[in-house]
Amino acid sequence: MLGDFRLYFRYIGISVRSQMQYRWSFIMMTIGHFLTTGIEFVGIWILFQRFGNIRGWSLAEVALCYGIVNIAFSISDATTRGFDMFHIMVKGGEFDRLLLRPRSTALQVAGQELTMRRIGRLTQGLIVLLWSAHTLGIVWSPAKVALTGAAALGGACLFCGLFVLQATLAFWTVETLEIVNTVTYGGVETAQFPLSIYRPWLRRFFTGVIPLATVSYFPALAILGRGAGSAVPPALQWGAPLAGFAFLLAALQVWKFGVRHYTSTGS
Amino acid sequence: MTPYWAILSARFRMLLQYRAAAAAGFGTQLFWGLIRVMIFEAFYRSTTSAQPMSYQEVVTYIWLGQALLALLPWNYDRDIHALVRSGNVAYELLRPLDLYWHWYARAVAWRVAPAVLRALPMFIVAGLFFGLQAPVSWASFGAWLIALVGALLLSAAITTLVNISLMWTIAGDGIATLVSTLVIILSGMVVPLPFFPDWAQSILNFLPFRGLVDVPFRLYMGHLPPGDIYGLFAHQLGWTLALVAVSHHVLGRGTRRLVVQGG
Amino acid sequence: MPQIVVDDLVKTFRVAERQPGLWGAARGLLKRRHRTVEALAGVSFGIETGELVGYIGPNGAGKSTTVKVLAGILVPDSGRCEVLGRVPWRERVANAREIGVVFGQRTQLWWDLPVIESFELLRDIYRVSPQAHLRSRDELVDMLDMEPLLDVPVRQLSLGQRMRCDLAAALLHSPPVLYLDEPTIGLDAVSKLAVRDFVRQLNRERGVTIILTTHDMDDIEALCTRIIVINEGHILSDGTLNDLRARVTTERWLIVDLAEEDGDVADPQATVISREGHRVCLRFDPDEVSAAELIGRITAGHAIRDLFVENPPIEEIIARLYGEQCR
Repeated sequence: MLGDFRLYFRYIGISVRSQMQYRWSFIMMTIGHFLTTGIEFVGIWILFQRFGNIRGWSLAEVALCYGIVNIAFSISDATTRGFDMFHIMVKGGEFDRLLLRPRSTALQVAGQELTMRRIGRLTQGLIVLLWSAHTLGIVWSPAKVALTGAAALGGACLFCGLFVLQATLAFWTVETLEIVNTVTYGGVETAQFPLSIYRPWLRRFFTGVIPLATVSYFPALAILGRGAGSAVPPALQWGAPLAGFAFLLAALQVWKFGVRHYTSTGS
Repeated sequence: MTPYWAILSARFRMLLQYRAAAAAGFGTQLFWGLIRVMIFEAFYRSTTSAQPMSYQEVVTYIWLGQALLALLPWNYDRDIHALVRSGNVAYELLRPLDLYWHWYARAVAWRVAPAVLRALPMFIVAGLFFGLQAPVSWASFGAWLIALVGALLLSAAITTLVNISLMWTIAGDGIATLVSTLVIILSGMVVPLPFFPDWAQSILNFLPFRGLVDVPFRLYMGHLPPGDIYGLFAHQLGWTLALVAVSHHVLGRGTRRLVVQGG
Repeated sequence: MPQIVVDDLVKTFRVAERQPGLWGAARGLLKRRHRTVEALAGVSFGIETGELVGYIGPNGAGKSTTVKVLAGILVPDSGRCEVLGRVPWRERVANAREIGVVFGQRTQLWWDLPVIESFELLRDIYRVSPQAHLRSRDELVDMLDMEPLLDVPVRQLSLGQRMRCDLAAALLHSPPVLYLDEPTIGLDAVSKLAVRDFVRQLNRERGVTIILTTHDMDDIEALCTRIIVINEGHILSDGTLNDLRARVTTERWLIVDLAEEDGDVADPQATVISREGHRVCLRFDPDEVSAAELIGRITAGHAIRDLFVENPPIEEIIARLYGEQCR
């Protein structure tokens, strides 16, 4: 296990160094990424200056959800590039090379790349989060700080799990990968707003099937102190981010199943 | 004309091969549309003040957007990017076609084929189940069709310019990402342009991007009167010509650079 | 028991068929045809420790399928396979530690890294101790004469240099078994010789068991003590080069360099294959006419500058073997 971590950081070190060889490209991409996600937030701001609030949530309150989910997504987006591009590895036969090595395949795929330019979205998410906290005057108890961190990390794990599932799908077909975007990018889009604004079926989907609510909406209720009147019990508001970690573990089991399928069909 | 027709046909064939991809793409688009409709629904239920568009209009607008998303210059051509990266772009110069128009034709094909394949089912499904309304009149419908052609020509011109910018590989990726984001927000894809602050309206009306989404969509629902089509189409065409001229010039410089560097 | 056992392996693939044209593509939306391809149709062989086996066959014959099964990255439909007493696909990780694999067409080195750093990463991947790694690395660097290459990023290496580095990379963890897939493809003559010398040395001095798949018959002739020929999933022949020759044909070739140009050499018991300037090449069956007899007759009728008897080239043998199966 320890050796695995060591190897992972070796991989990452290499990936970072080779990205730094193309320094200008990296800088441009990071800025591009920062502005791109920034513009998304402008879209939300435009709507708020016309409508004022959304179901009683102010822009600053929505910004907390937005910040958490974007931080989470940027972390997963940076760490799972290997899984995101995995269908290319399968198609090109490079996955065979990983199978020829005496290490777990998930570790090797994860080690392919740490996409540094995702710092753009991460920074943007952090800025929005801090702006929200500042505007709302949130009193940061250690518990709230921990909950925010857990929500972001749990969310990152959740999205990582989704990317792992997407990669697993590539063992069967490379055509339907886009469907996973509905829950990754679509999930980000959804979770930028409090889940309570959506219709029940979507709420249930992002709570029960893809537990996205557990890493954004539920903890946001607790952090904002809106939880008291809510139907969501306090234990769930505080404990929910664990679901994100569980989701990743489950996804890795499915991945193993996919690898077994791959080695039996060779396609 | 024949080589350009071949490019379009090849693109259709390629897309048709991937039926599962088409289904997956459709499902994704539908899901996104539903989320956006729900967000607007929540907003409309949260306010009593007058809005620049009615809720029904916004719903139609969203579904038009989902149906015609592929028409937007929202991504660059990965094949051309790969050509540039590998240096094989020099071989493109060997073809007996004008490089700009070859790439432009590719861009048209790149936009038309997926848009046609996805728009039809989306119109049917969203029209039957999710509140996409028919055009308000035949005149609006006609104006919409003309504006769609204008949007396509404009979209292909922007796509080609982005593709050409990839020749400056160092910054190309970043620029391409940024341009596509600008396109998506300034065209009115994310938020319909009438919702933008009033001070921004005249700028938005001047920029080329409204010709991609705002103009055709609002013509469709009669939010812009069909009689405006002459001026609006001229706006689309004018920008298209300007972009073509600029791109032609930039491409010339890019290829000269390649030749000097020896590819 | 042999080090590598392959017993009655069967593997079939299902491939989708695409119809041509726009109309075909549209029809493909609704209905897709599949066809079954039998990549391995009952393949059996055993390989002893220290053997150097050439595994040859045309494209799509089942070579790489076999190698994938042996490497543990493909599970066969049926049959038995053991490498060092392990079933490769059941114990992929343990098996991977005992084998080295080189694909001539692609590198396992990290494109942007200096060679030496790829080696260090491989050391960590294979959990080789630093001392053992250094020992192994220095020895390989010495054998392959690649000291000057170590600090060069892989993308800057020539194909020949890269192949030497890839060979070293596959052997850093000192595997007792090595699979080489087309190791000389695309290499220049000097690099080819270097690779061959290295492979021979590895096999003779270190006793590494090697399975070599290649299309280059010079590789086979130069290296292999045993040749397995596969086509369409069946093993056509398994034995030494001489066995293979004897199986396919007993014929020998007589090559004659005449004093005059375009001399009219003919003999009732031999066939002329080619005539080029002073050189004439004849084919004969030693069971029918002895070489001495034939040479005697020809030297009697013509002024000869030089002459020699040889075996038909291995390409010829293999081509006939495939042809025989088709018939």
